[in-house]
Parts: sequence; structure tokens; C-alpha cells
Amino acid sequence: MRTRLAGLWGVLIVGCAVLFSGCEKPPEGQAPEQQVKEKPPAAKPAATAAPIKVGAIFAVTGGASFLGAPEAKTVEMFVEKVNQAGGVQGHKIEMLVRDSGGKAENAISLAKQLIDEDKVLAIVGPSTSGETMQIKNICQEGKTILLSCAAAETIVNPIASYVFKTPQKDSDAARRIFQTMKDLNITKVGVVTSNDGFGNAGAKQLADLAPEYGMTIAGSETYATTDTDLTGVLTKIKGLDVQAVINWSIVPAQSLVAKNMKQIGLDVPLFQSHGFGNIKYVQAGGEAANGTIFPCGRLLVANALPDNHPQKKVLVQYKTDYETRYKEDASTFGGHAYDAMLLLVEAVEIAGSVERDKVRDALETLQGVVGTGGVFNLSAQDHNGLDQNAFEMLTVKDGQFAVYQK
Amino acid sequence: MNFALFVQYALSGITVGSVYAIVAIGFNIIYCTTGIINFAQGEFLIVGAMTAISLAQVVPLPVAILGAVLITTAFGALIELVFIRQVHNASVLRLIIITIGLSILIREAMLHVWDEQVRSLPYFTGTAVSTVTILGAHISPQVLWVLGVSAVIVTALTLFFRYTTVGRAMRACADDRMAARLCGVNDRWMVTLSFMLSAGIGALAGCVVSPITQTQYDMGAPLAIKGFTVAILGGLGNSMAAVAAGLFLGLLEAFVVSVLPASYKEVVAIVVLLLILVFRPTGLFARRETSALRTA
Amino acid sequence: MKRLCIHYPVLAAAVLVVLLHLVLAATDKTFYMTQITMSAYYALVVIGLCLLMGYAGQISLGHAGFFAIGGYTVAVLTTYNLSPYRESTWLGSLRSLGLIVQWQDLYGQEVLSLSPWVAFVAALLLTALIAVAIGLPVIRLKGHYLAMATLGFGLIIYRIVLGAKLFGQADGISNLPAFHLVGGLQVNGRAPFRVQNYYLAWAAVLAAMVLSLNLIHSRVGRALRSIHQSEEAAHSLGIDTYRYKLATFVLSAVLAAVGGALLTHYNGSIGPSEVTVMKSVRYVAIVAVGGMANLWGAMVMGVLLNFLSLRGVFGSFDDAVFGAILIGVMLFAPQGLLRVPRLRGILFVGRASSLAFQRVVRGCTTYVRRSHG
Repeated sequence: MRTRLAGLWGVLIVGCAVLFSGCEKPPEGQAPEQQVKEKPPAAKPAATAAPIKVGAIFAVTGGASFLGAPEAKTVEMFVEKVNQAGGVQGHKIEMLVRDSGGKAENAISLAKQLIDEDKVLAIVGPSTSGETMQIKNICQEGKTILLSCAAAETIVNPIASYVFKTPQKDSDAARRIFQTMKDLNITKVGVVTSNDGFGNAGAKQLADLAPEYGMTIAGSETYATTDTDLTGVLTKIKGLDVQAVINWSIVPAQSLVAKNMKQIGLDVPLFQSHGFGNIKYVQAGGEAANGTIFPCGRLLVANALPDNHPQKKVLVQYKTDYETRYKEDASTFGGHAYDAMLLLVEAVEIAGSVERDKVRDALETLQGVVGTGGVFNLSAQDHNGLDQNAFEMLTVKDGQFAVYQK
Repeated sequence: MNFALFVQYALSGITVGSVYAIVAIGFNIIYCTTGIINFAQGEFLIVGAMTAISLAQVVPLPVAILGAVLITTAFGALIELVFIRQVHNASVLRLIIITIGLSILIREAMLHVWDEQVRSLPYFTGTAVSTVTILGAHISPQVLWVLGVSAVIVTALTLFFRYTTVGRAMRACADDRMAARLCGVNDRWMVTLSFMLSAGIGALAGCVVSPITQTQYDMGAPLAIKGFTVAILGGLGNSMAAVAAGLFLGLLEAFVVSVLPASYKEVVAIVVLLLILVFRPTGLFARRETSALRTA
Repeated sequence: MKRLCIHYPVLAAAVLVVLLHLVLAATDKTFYMTQITMSAYYALVVIGLCLLMGYAGQISLGHAGFFAIGGYTVAVLTTYNLSPYRESTWLGSLRSLGLIVQWQDLYGQEVLSLSPWVAFVAALLLTALIAVAIGLPVIRLKGHYLAMATLGFGLIIYRIVLGAKLFGQADGISNLPAFHLVGGLQVNGRAPFRVQNYYLAWAAVLAAMVLSLNLIHSRVGRALRSIHQSEEAAHSLGIDTYRYKLATFVLSAVLAAVGGALLTHYNGSIGPSEVTVMKSVRYVAIVAVGGMANLWGAMVMGVLLNFLSLRGVFGSFDDAVFGAILIGVMLFAPQGLLRVPRLRGILFVGRASSLAFQRVVRGCTTYVRRSHG
């Protein structure tokens, strides 16, 4: 009797589902195209002041807050500046910043909200590779431009036509590190990486590219992102008689590597990845951070660049603006968000419209756009636009960033 | 593995182990007097360290640490008065949930008071690059501070519980609350005092370990889990055993790194926890009183 | 016929679900359905946990682990590309049995993988197995020990999915295919299927409710309640407390796995963020605020709180809200919000309308019976 009843309700509900889904299907089925077609009437200058809606999903709180917080602040600052100057193509930008807390399911829900409800032109972010990979499909199918601030190679490879990313390529960073090592006659290295998307991707790139530069990776260890003591891991590396150590991580634990290395007497050069791009990590590492060598965007040494350097103006401007407004040091993480907004604005200018498709096409034609991460040259096959020259080898001298001189 | 390497791993293990032991002792103090497992124990360490870091910007380091310990102690008392005392005749389930909620709230409060940045206290002696050599192994002088402070805390507590009136009153509460009350011990204040004591030693431990582990707002929860593992390993309520268990877990983690990939380090503590709970929940050094908690 | 009265609320809920759809369609806000669907799948976990915590009296701080086992199993099995084995015989025989599906992923690549049905069943079986394996030693623990054991379990699952390449490590697994059910129905997060999936999710939730209601109004349910009240008394009356607790544990684990598997198909992906301690604590908070032994309360709160959280209403205070809920409920309303006297009014209205509905139905059936002689 009970099962029959349950069956009845089941049939009733499923029947409703079929009925209603049948009713709804025709309009819903055309939804993506409809949405894109609907946009122009709303945004085209019938009323010239119609704002462009741009969404942003950042991990402002949670485990990746050291990424998301500066990114959100940067975007806020950028949009204010643009709007004060009159907006883009006569439209002001309306920025919808959402906090995903670093959680992928929140990112998915927020992405769907931004795409379906707010019908944004583009989404900037998310901050982490994990979240980006999980909303990549959603943005591609929703035909919404995604400008990710996360570094994973898989975001733009394989290419999805609507998905772009602004941080430099991991492989380029690895190449620069290996090249520098080669110049120092180092052949045997130890690699330590954090157990997150960034670290895992880095470990893979290092392992893949090592033979090309004649490097041997004597040992590759992964530590938890919340680890508080790396002496054990580094002791193990020490036992392998390496000539240098590469630490590839973006979490605060990376400062421990420098300190622990000195404390256990592992006196070899320490190379970091571009995840080291925040003066706070140098401060946390204290004296131990001096002498670290790493590839990075030039933002951190903006003031030391020669005046005729193409990036200097943009970098100094961003750095000064950010530091005056937020009273904290600018980091390359915020710079990725700046670049994303910059690319979007440039694309809208070139496209001369705010239709998703036209802006997307314009993005792929961008050449020579000077951002904080480097000079961007995008194409249909390259949705990142940066190459090895986006990196500068930097080092730490007396607790400050400086350009690395051999 | 040569002797120097062995000593290196051993010292690394003992350092983290002593921090776990302090957290476990904090658990035990509260558990003994009240029967509550305080899931927010790890947060006390972080609150203490963060407060000290903020104070250290205006006053000299020793004053900052003292201030942080006092403030955290008061904070512990506040927690007890506002939350725990309100709960009468609470079931174990309810108390667990309250302390979990507390640990979340404290953590989020810390996030909003001090942002998500990682900070650390300056090294007590020396700098980030100083190193001392012991038996062929190189360690930071801060490690010696950690070991020293932990030893002092354990000794002081033992003396406190054995020779002072207040300490003995607390032990009486732990043994039999009703009987203690009949003997004129104000058991409600003993509960508050146990929270204060736990918070205080937690803060001190947090301060002394901050230079080597760095401090971030969300480091409390993993510490609490490891501390609880150690407390159970030694047997809930047994502080001396907690010290031994803490050192054991620390050494185990350190030596696991030497043979397995480092990513297994985190799993060690959890596996130990599960094994102990399944096979011997009363701990390695079991006491008859606590075995009543185990069901058939 | 007496049994029917416990099912009236389910019918009422079904009617409400349909009404909600109509309201949303009328106000052109059908996009809310996305978050409602996701929340409904989370509510499945909550229902299972409510059975465990409220009726069997066992706390579990690791239920997100079971959710993950369901979700990750489904994810791995449906995305693992078997194309390299295209020519082998065992693949051929599997294909002839209809267990393999062929589809194209987002980048136009041909993928041969196990059918989502196979993956789903495998996920449930695996979860049940693991639940039994974990439950056997752990259920006999009490209070804090049980809490920590389940917490440890959740943590181990977290470390496994975070560390193993098979599970995508920190990035998780994405690009899942749609889960084709019967006819044209499929569990799929894409916009054209939004309404369909709304009803599918609610069908799953209401089916779970029916199952649970049947359970608690049966001998098993009464045994559970007696165990919760006093285990020794129940034991002395001859109830095999251990077996009942274990069975409830496994059932709640399987419910969580169903939620995990379906949500993973809906989202098209899963990641380690679904397995954190904070997630497990959230489920506990929701059960606590809904009322420990109040299935409807737990379900409603599950959908409501997750909906608000997913829409970003709590903003940066997401975790803090759940922490505050935990403390608030435990201090002021340990029986759950829906038992607080002031809110009795709402419960009363609910009861009254349910009774009225019963009367109407009974009246109609009597009339029909009489007129047809």
C-alpha cells in the first residue's frame, strides 16, 4: 500500500515535470541566442547612459583570500577611475562583485546568476584554477566572456572561445627559472610544491621541461597548503645533495621554505615561482628571503624600470593608485584583475559595441595592450597573450624586490 | 639515515609535538572540570598570537606577549560566562555543537578584526636565519624556546594542580563535582578558571610558536584536531600522558616524511585518531574512570 | 487508510512545489530554480543526517564525506575516457550490454565512458560499503568520540580527493555528461533543462521524505526513537540497538551519496570544496536549526539556508552565519526553530491546512464512491 502510494506521488510529480518542461522548452531552448540578441536593445544607446554590466567572482574571503581580496579592490578602483573619465563608449561600467569564498559550488551558482539573471557582458575571475575549471563550461555554453585571474594552463588549453586568462603561463615561468639556473651552472634541483591547483600545475611543468634544459629533478615533494613546518620536507631534500631548490606555491606557507632552509643549514639558492609576488611574503621570510630568485611581472619593481620601458607608466600608475587608496602594498595578484578589466575595456572600444559576440571577437584581435603582467598579444589560438618576455627575473635585496642581475 | 639526519627529524618532530601537547593539555583541563571537549581550543592559540603581534607594534616584545596572554585569558573567561554557563543540563551533543559554533565564530571574528594576511611575531632571539647546532642537526633558536616554554608550562601546571589550594580544588571538581561542592568549592568558578587557564596556556604556546609557523586566522581548527587526537591518544583527562602522546605524534609525523611522500604527513594524524578511537578510545595510558564512556 | 495521513504533507509539499514554479514563471524569475535545485540536492544530505541525529541520536561531523564519495565516484566513472580501449573485447561486450555511452565533450573530442546509470549504482553501492566499514567500529562510540571519529572520516576523504590525481586533486573533476534518466528526462544543469531538473530534484527530495516518513512511523522508527531516548532501556527491551544505529548510519550515508551524485551531474563538476569540515558542520547546523527530530523542518531549512548561501546573500559572512546559527539554536532553541512556541503558529497553520486538505479529499472520495454506487 505504501509503495503504491509512493509510486503514485512519483508518477504525479514526474508527470508534472514532463508536462511543464514540454511547455517551457521552445523559449528555453533558444535561450542562449535569445539572451545575446536581447542584449543590444537593452544596452544600445537608446539611452546613452545605459550601464554595461560586468560581473566578477573573487575569493574575497576563505582560503584564497590573499588572491581575491586584492583582486576585488583593484577592480573597484579601476571601475571608479573609468567611470569618472566618462565610462567606455559612453557607457558607465556597473561592476557586480561576488564573493565565492574560494568554493567551487558557490562560483558555479554565482556564475549562473551573473549569466542568466544579470546578463553580464563578461565575468572577471575567479581567483583560483579549481573554480575556473568548474565554471569554464557554464560560461562557454552561456556565451559569456570569462576573463580568469587564475593561472592554470588548462583554462586556455584546450581553448574555449569565450574563455581567456590574464596571468602568465606557468610553462614560461618554468622556462625562465631553468634558463637562469643553466646560466648559474646548476643541474641538480629539488622541487617542493604546495598541494593545490597552482602547485600541482607547477610541479608538472617543471617535470616536463627539465630535460629540455638539462636539469635533473632529484626529488619532488608536495606539502599541504596549511603546513606549518617544512623542516621535515626540506631535510629530505637536503639529503639528496641538490644544488638549488625550487618552491612553487602561492600560499603563505612559501615563506616558511626560505626560513626553514636557512635554519636547517640548506645553503643553496632558492628559486620561487611567480606566486611569490607579494612583499608580505618577503617580510614574513625576514632575512631568509634575501637572495631568492623568481620570475615575475614587473609590477614589483615598477619604480626601478628605465623610463622608456613600455610598461613603466601603467605599472607606476597602478602601484601608486592602489597603495594610496588601500594603504597596502600592491601585489601581482591584483594586477591580474587589472589586466582583465583593461583587456575588456579595450575590446569594447575596438568592437564599438557591447554585444557579447562582438566584444569576444575584438578580444582576440588585441595586440600590444600594455598591462601589469606584461604586454598582451591575443589571438584565436592564444587566449592568454603573454609570453616569456612578460616575466622579469627578480630577486630580493635587503627585504625589497630588485631586478636580478647575474 | 645518518645520526645527524635522525636528530634533525627528531627535533622537528618534538617541536610540533610539544605544541600539540599544549593544545591537548588545554583540552584536558577543560574536560576534567566540565566534561566538555572545547573545539575552540585551537582558536585560543591564534587569538593569543594575533593579539601579541598587534601589541608588539607598540610595546616591547615581552610586554606584548604578557599582554596577549592576559587578554586571551580574559577572553576565555568571557566565552565561558556568556556561552557555556547559560547551558544547563545540556546533552553532550549540544555542547559539542556549541563549541564547534564557537570556534567558527571566533575564527570569522578574527578574519574581520585582523585580515587574512599571514603574520608572525619576531624571533625571540636571533633572526630568521640564525641557527644552532645540536648533535649535528641545525635548528632555529626559536625551537629551543618552544621546547623550553612547553616544559615550563607543563611543570608549572603540575605544581599548580598538586600544591596550590586552587589547583587542588579544580582536581576535586574533576573527580566529583558534587562532592567538591559539598566541600565548599565554588564549582562554577572552577569552570571559569579552567577556561581561563586553557586560554592562557594556549595563548602562550601560540606566541612562542608564531615565529616558526607563522600565524593566520584559520590555523586554529587543524591545531584543535591534532590536539584532540593527542588528548585521546594519551587518554582524556591525563595531562602527563598528553605530553608523551604529543611528542609521539610529532615524531611519527616527522619520520613519516622521511620515508613516504610529504603529502602523507597530514593523513598520519587522522589515521592515528581513527585507529585509537576504534581500538582503544580510552587512550594508550588508560584510566578506569574514563573507560565508562565506552559502550559495549 | 490511516497510514495515508502521514503522506498528506508530502502531497501538500508537491502542490507547493508546483505553485512555486508557477509563481516564478509568472514573475519571470525562473532562474531562481538553479539555486533551488542545488539546494534541494543538499537537502537530501540533510534529511539523511536528520534521521541519524534526530532519531538515532548519533552525531556525524563527516557527512560531507559521503556526499563526496557519491559525487566523485560518479564523476570519475563518467569522465574516464575508455576510447584508448576502443578495440578491446571487454569494451565491446560492455557496449553490447548498453553500459557504455559515447558523447562529445566541450572541445569536440569523442569520449567513451561508462553509462551514468552504471556510475550511479556503483556510487551508491560503494557508499553503502564504506558506510558499513566505517560504521561497524565507529557506531559503538559515544558522544565526543563519535563526533571526532566521523570528523576524522570526513578529513580522510578530503585528503584523498585532494591528493589523488584520479580525483583531479585541487581542481576536481569537470566536464561531466548529462545523466539521462527515462524518456527525455536528464539531470543536466544547462538552461533548457532548468524546469525539468527543478522537478527532478524535488521528486528526489519528496521520495526521500516519503521513505523517511515511512521509516519513522514504522517499528524501526519507534525503535530508533526509543534508542535515542534511552539506549539502555531500549536494549533491555530486546532492541538490537547496534544494528538499528548502523542501519540508520548506512541509510543516511546513501541518501547523502544520492544527493552528491545527482548534484555532481547537475553542476557538471565536483571539487574538494564539497568535502571540507565546514560543509559537514553546515549540514549539522541545518539539522539543528530545523529541529533535531523534525524531518520537515530539516528539509525546509536545508533548502532555505543553502539557497540563501548559494545566492551570496550572506556575502563574506557565510561561515559566520552558520556558526552563529549553531550557537544560537543550541543556546536558545535546542528543539529547533520550528518548535519554538512563537513559531508554533506557523506549524499550526500548516497542520490546519493539512487537515483541511485531508477533509476535502475524504469528502471527494466519499462523494465519488457514493455516486458510483
